[in-house]
Amino acid sequence: MRTQFIGMISLVRKETSRVLRIWVQTLIPPGITMSLYFIIFGTLIGKRIGEMEGYPYMEYIAPGLVMMSVITNSYGNVVGSFFNAKIQGHIEELLVSPLSEVFIVIGYLAGGIIRGLAVGTVVTFIALFFTQINIKYPLMTFFVVIMTAGVFSLAGLINAIFAKKFDDIAVIPSFVLAPLTYLGGVFYTVSLLPEFWQTISRLNPILYMINSMRYSVIGISDVSIQNALMMIVFFFIILFLIAVILLRKGIGIRQ
Amino acid sequence: MQNAFGMHALSIKNLSKKYKSGVEALKSVSFDVQQGDFFALLGPNGAGKTTAIGIITSLVNKSSGSIEVFGHDMDKELAEAKSCIGVVPQEVNLNLFDFNFNILVNQAGFYGIPRSEGKKRAEQYLKKMQLWEKRKTDARSLSGGMKRRLMVARALVNRPKLLLLDEPTAGVDIETRRMMWDFLRDLNNKGTTIILTTHYLEEAEQLCNKVAIIDEGKIIENDSMQNVLKKLKTEVFILNTEKPLDEAPNIKGYLASLRSPQEIEITVSQEQGVNDAFSSLQESGVKVLSMRNKNSRLEELFLDLTKGQLGDDS
Repeated sequence: MRTQFIGMISLVRKETSRVLRIWVQTLIPPGITMSLYFIIFGTLIGKRIGEMEGYPYMEYIAPGLVMMSVITNSYGNVVGSFFNAKIQGHIEELLVSPLSEVFIVIGYLAGGIIRGLAVGTVVTFIALFFTQINIKYPLMTFFVVIMTAGVFSLAGLINAIFAKKFDDIAVIPSFVLAPLTYLGGVFYTVSLLPEFWQTISRLNPILYMINSMRYSVIGISDVSIQNALMMIVFFFIILFLIAVILLRKGIGIRQ
Repeated sequence: MQNAFGMHALSIKNLSKKYKSGVEALKSVSFDVQQGDFFALLGPNGAGKTTAIGIITSLVNKSSGSIEVFGHDMDKELAEAKSCIGVVPQEVNLNLFDFNFNILVNQAGFYGIPRSEGKKRAEQYLKKMQLWEKRKTDARSLSGGMKRRLMVARALVNRPKLLLLDEPTAGVDIETRRMMWDFLRDLNNKGTTIILTTHYLEEAEQLCNKVAIIDEGKIIENDSMQNVLKKLKTEVFILNTEKPLDEAPNIKGYLASLRSPQEIEITVSQEQGVNDAFSSLQESGVKVLSMRNKNSRLEELFLDLTKGQLGDDS
């Protein structure tokens, strides 16, 4: 077990140092993108919108924007890192070692969560220039951010396991993740939508994650917070198991 | 697993691999490698060498059969078996954007070696491979030969009892190759069992004490290097003459031809020897300055056994 633990820590350290080594790619772009969101949607358009669910529009969208950056960055970190390791072949460094699949998954997962947390922190600091953030339930906020980053790190890992070419790692973020995030209630409450679209929106798992974050920060949610938290935990466990099984079977990495 | 000579470093039983494409790369292959051996696994392109190495290092899933590494069954004690192995693959598989020092320290970590010890070993093996000056550069800035040496260093950080080398000197210059040979000989003398696949048969002949030849997924020869070379029926020599010749001299009992005006090629069977050929040339007034094998002896045998086949790597 000590061997496995040291191996896992080595992988976490490798993944973390990668995030920090290429900080211009990993930490700066989300900061710039989110600053633009705050300026355009918050300051310029937000003033005309006024309040949403009783909160100034900027304060209402801030938790969702933080969560949006956590989701895209944790996903992008693992999908990019694992797929590059596959393409360059150095994934074999892990595969020939005694490190078990469970700890390989944990290693990549930790890398994704750390990037999600780092970017989430950067975006939160940027948000403070535009609005006040008084976190209502700090522990829940921490839990939601970690678990959501974990869910999307695992999803990124599974995407990278199956990916055979660069197109395969670009398709999911562009055609699945981005629409689901934008339609997941970052910028609006789903109660504004007609009944039919509200029902459709409730099928979007990202809606539950955005609302969990909003609840933990400002105390309001479009969905039951218990259901939302259970859904995050459910996705985390299922995706973790799928990732371990895929690696164990050698799908996409062993001939 | 023990035998009369000690422990088997590697024991392969009825190993088969059929790819999804339908290609049968290995057909019930069995062989043992003794602890301390320097073992050559040879075969033409596509014979199944790399597939065998891939299965032993668990980079390729086998179809059937069993493998034991120092007594650890890979189906039951995979982590223990992997801990005994170091591998230098045929293709460069380095993280090209990471520092060379970090590559070795991380690899040590994946084998459960604490970071402080991993750093010491990284320094030790980078120095041995004459790469210490390059420790703070990334792998993409290394030359082809340096990348190979870095992969050898990486394979050694866990101090493997069994080292697998898949074409380790492919594309490196002569100086580097000789340096690697000396290093590998020394490593083997100190007790590391080494399995080598190579296209340079001279390399196998120089380094290895055991040889297995694999062809079309089957082992067609498996013996000591000495015994295998004894099976060589004929050898071809090139004789350099003092003066240019217009045509090949008639050497009684030998097949001779002219390669160039000052080079005679003669085929000598094992029973014949070369004395009679020299006597005959002396009688004809041809003075020979030097003589060399056309191919390495193992190469002659290899071509004979595999009928000189070529194909794609698998």
